[in-house]
Amino acid sequence: MRKGLSGVNIVALTFGFAFLYLPILLLVIYSFNASQLVTVWGGFSTRWYVSLFHNEQLLEAAWVTIRVGLLSATVATVLGTLAAITLVRMGRFPGRTLFSGMVYAPLVMPEVITGLSMLLLFVAIGLDRGFITLALAHITFSMCFVAVVVQSRLISFDRSLEEAALDLGCTPFKTFFVITLPIILPAIVSGWMLAFTLSIDDLVISQFTTGPGATTLPMRIYSSVRLGVKPEINAVCTILIAIVTTGVIIASIATKRAENERMKAERAAAAGR
Amino acid sequence: MTDAAAPDASPPARAAAAPGRWKRWLLIAIPYCWLLALFLAPFFIVLKISVSDTVIAQPPYEPVLDLSQGWQGIKDWWSALDLENYSALFDDELYLASYLSSLKIATISTLLTLAIAYPMAYGMARAPKSIRPTLLMAVILPFWTSLLIRVYAWIGILNPDGLLNAFLLWARVINEPLYIMNTETAVYIGIVYSYLPFMVLPLYASLEKLDETLLEAAADLGCPPWKAFWKITVPLSLPGVIAGCFLVFIPAVGEFVIPDLLGGSETLMIGKTLYNEFFLNRDWPVSSAIAVLLLLVLVVPIAIYNNIQAREIGDKA
Amino acid sequence: MAKAAQKALGPIRRSFAPWLDPSAVPLIRFENVVKRFGDFVAVDNVSIDIHQREFFALLGPSGCGKTTLMRMLAGFEAPTSGRITLAGKDLAGVPPYRRPVNMMFQSYALFPHMTVAQNIAFGLKQDNIGKAEIETRVKEMLRLVKLEAFGARKPHQLSGGQRQRVALARSLAKRPKVLLLDEPLGALDKKLREETQFELMDLQQELGLTFMIVTHDQEEAMVVADRIAVMNHGKLVQVATPGEIYEQPNCRYVADFIGDINIFDATVTGAEVGGTRLKSAEVGADFVAAGDASAVAGTEVALAIRPEKMRISTEPPPADATNVLKGEVWDIAYLGDWTTLLVKVEGSEKIVRVSRANMTRSEARPIGWDDKVFVWFAPDAGILLAA
Repeated sequence: MRKGLSGVNIVALTFGFAFLYLPILLLVIYSFNASQLVTVWGGFSTRWYVSLFHNEQLLEAAWVTIRVGLLSATVATVLGTLAAITLVRMGRFPGRTLFSGMVYAPLVMPEVITGLSMLLLFVAIGLDRGFITLALAHITFSMCFVAVVVQSRLISFDRSLEEAALDLGCTPFKTFFVITLPIILPAIVSGWMLAFTLSIDDLVISQFTTGPGATTLPMRIYSSVRLGVKPEINAVCTILIAIVTTGVIIASIATKRAENERMKAERAAAAGR
Repeated sequence: MTDAAAPDASPPARAAAAPGRWKRWLLIAIPYCWLLALFLAPFFIVLKISVSDTVIAQPPYEPVLDLSQGWQGIKDWWSALDLENYSALFDDELYLASYLSSLKIATISTLLTLAIAYPMAYGMARAPKSIRPTLLMAVILPFWTSLLIRVYAWIGILNPDGLLNAFLLWARVINEPLYIMNTETAVYIGIVYSYLPFMVLPLYASLEKLDETLLEAAADLGCPPWKAFWKITVPLSLPGVIAGCFLVFIPAVGEFVIPDLLGGSETLMIGKTLYNEFFLNRDWPVSSAIAVLLLLVLVVPIAIYNNIQAREIGDKA
Repeated sequence: MAKAAQKALGPIRRSFAPWLDPSAVPLIRFENVVKRFGDFVAVDNVSIDIHQREFFALLGPSGCGKTTLMRMLAGFEAPTSGRITLAGKDLAGVPPYRRPVNMMFQSYALFPHMTVAQNIAFGLKQDNIGKAEIETRVKEMLRLVKLEAFGARKPHQLSGGQRQRVALARSLAKRPKVLLLDEPLGALDKKLREETQFELMDLQQELGLTFMIVTHDQEEAMVVADRIAVMNHGKLVQVATPGEIYEQPNCRYVADFIGDINIFDATVTGAEVGGTRLKSAEVGADFVAAGDASAVAGTEVALAIRPEKMRISTEPPPADATNVLKGEVWDIAYLGDWTTLLVKVEGSEKIVRVSRANMTRSEARPIGWDDKVFVWFAPDAGILLAA
């Protein structure tokens, strides 16, 4: 079979990736546009970034977003990990089907439904809408994503590692913290990152579940966007893209480097048996 | 057996490896209760409010079911149960049109996404092993970027005075600006763009697993490459196609941000109608009724999708 | 017969046969152990006694229940019924982390996030042993498995054979009463596996421990074990020394599972001094089998004969030869040390396997394809089995 890429494949990939990246690239480029007009290039400028830092409303929203993100990602990671363990390790228990349904459904559930239903819950139990309700909502949908990420790691986890620890005199409780947790930690960390990103990116569910005083960055962006394209919004988006992209790339480089070192060591070991 | 009356102290199966029984239940109970309380219970509240009467107040509905009155309350509720919000949905053409238009837009954009994603995933799976992780990364990266931002990026491109028109006019492909913004076409572009990674990833996963020697075997047995593609590659990638289509179709039906920002007032989609009914008309019961009907439309695809997911785990675990 | 088997063994082993001593107290006892998973009976009423310092092998095809039996001793599964005792103590309800038994896993189960030394020290640390002593013990174990220079490495930096030795060292570090080995050499290539088998035996002798090994490889079991328990479908089929298992299989299953064997279906026609007369309709021949003369005429039996215990020639056998078959060479497999000939018996579809040691350095074969040959064997070479 032919190795490498045929012409058709190259065209498909080029077109596909151009489609994926061109819009974002244009957005980033035009955030450095000196002109107020979106289509006219008025020279390079960082004026929109400067003005961002004087926009109290945006800074306030950014702070709310980060706090909700940190809190919800952390709680969601704990709950999501527990959910993953329940799915993979607890065998059959009454209501398992319902449980797995509740874990997977939020992944595809239209956000308007999730948002509306949670809001109605908060109203029904008389919880004032604000930071807390926002965090509760974010925890709930992002824990399911964490559960899926951690679950896939747990499925490939070699159970005999835990059995070996038990066999050597380690209690089940300790085994979890000394053996299982360190080994699945990378998956848990990427679960946290995913939860954090989902939280700081979310708009619709936040719109429903937030209250006065807890306006997030996407909500601010949304209300500005409805009024049209503004260079200042381009600048905010560029910053967000930069943060997320850097985080994801650093994480993937770190895992790749670890993987490479591992492979190199394995090759060396195999050669020098 | 020397001692037939030996006490049957047999601990539960896997007793040793698993934590104690109550600990096990506690472990299950924490995420279970959380999801019951914050994911499932809200749906019942939605259901309940969808049969309530609208009032102008805060909250803007009159709860029909008053559980504080106990059994009597439930009886009252049952006798007063009315589906007027639902009949309103069917009387008003807006809602029906929104449903149908949502399904149409979601179906067409799912197919469009598949058409673009398949060649991409195929190209990635056939790429040299060394660059595959990078390509995969490149597909995942936009997914980490906010949907809102990605949709916003298209506004600047598709606007009548946006970059696309500026470019096409400059290149003299067209003489008059195209009006793509605020049409269904813009919504298609938005959905395909936003959900492309969801389609590419499962497709890539199933195509990458495909053993290349199968194609070699087909060639060896006299099957030309295009036929081998249809007879071998496509059927074997079907699980990825199905998973990808569900992952795109289900959220697309209820999509709000994309039709709201790109579709303009002409594009009807149920998610947008619900949102407007809720935030603009402040009619909570009607928006709840819309949510219930939307869920009914989606319950079958979601159930199928969940089933696929659960089976996947079952196979691996 | 047990004596005959022992003659082949070394001087230490000859005297080691506690299972023959009725007064010996076994270290491990499985008493009527049953394990069910739902409807599936994984282990079906198994009783075995294993003695101190014994190297005991559980042998059988995959799914025969041997691993389940071992996991019950380690504490990973609880018997559905029956009892397992270790040094007189009932193990029911004792979790694996409190059993004086350690296991070497088939996958080695080395903790990937710990170094070799940390892996070996893991079990010792659970016992709250002093730091200095742990260090000494780890060094000792590393020396034992000849990995002194590798203490600081991570498992993925080792070759398969080295990993196997780390796993062994880790499971031996706590000086368990019993070491359980679950297919310990399955992941190694053939040559390394054979070397390691001898290392394992030396180690067991040196440390004076009781080893229990699970394997599906009959050769491995024969090499390392003092006694072998052959299992099938959850049942114990035969427990005996390797020699007995090979020369005196107690049933058709064991005869067929261990090594190559020819089995003829036959009917008892009568008895003579120290033997039984048989008629095999399958190959249309009369046989004489030594041993048990009590079989009643008309009983359906099976006569089993190992390929190396048959003689083959193009010339007719001596007049006093018994159990003679005529046939045609169907196929020849040259294996270097041995040549195996497949002979199609005249007037039947039966193929008989005969092997000859290649004692001369000559490629010329006295017997070739399609040659008409005679095959015969002595009455005491065959094994009479229930049909």
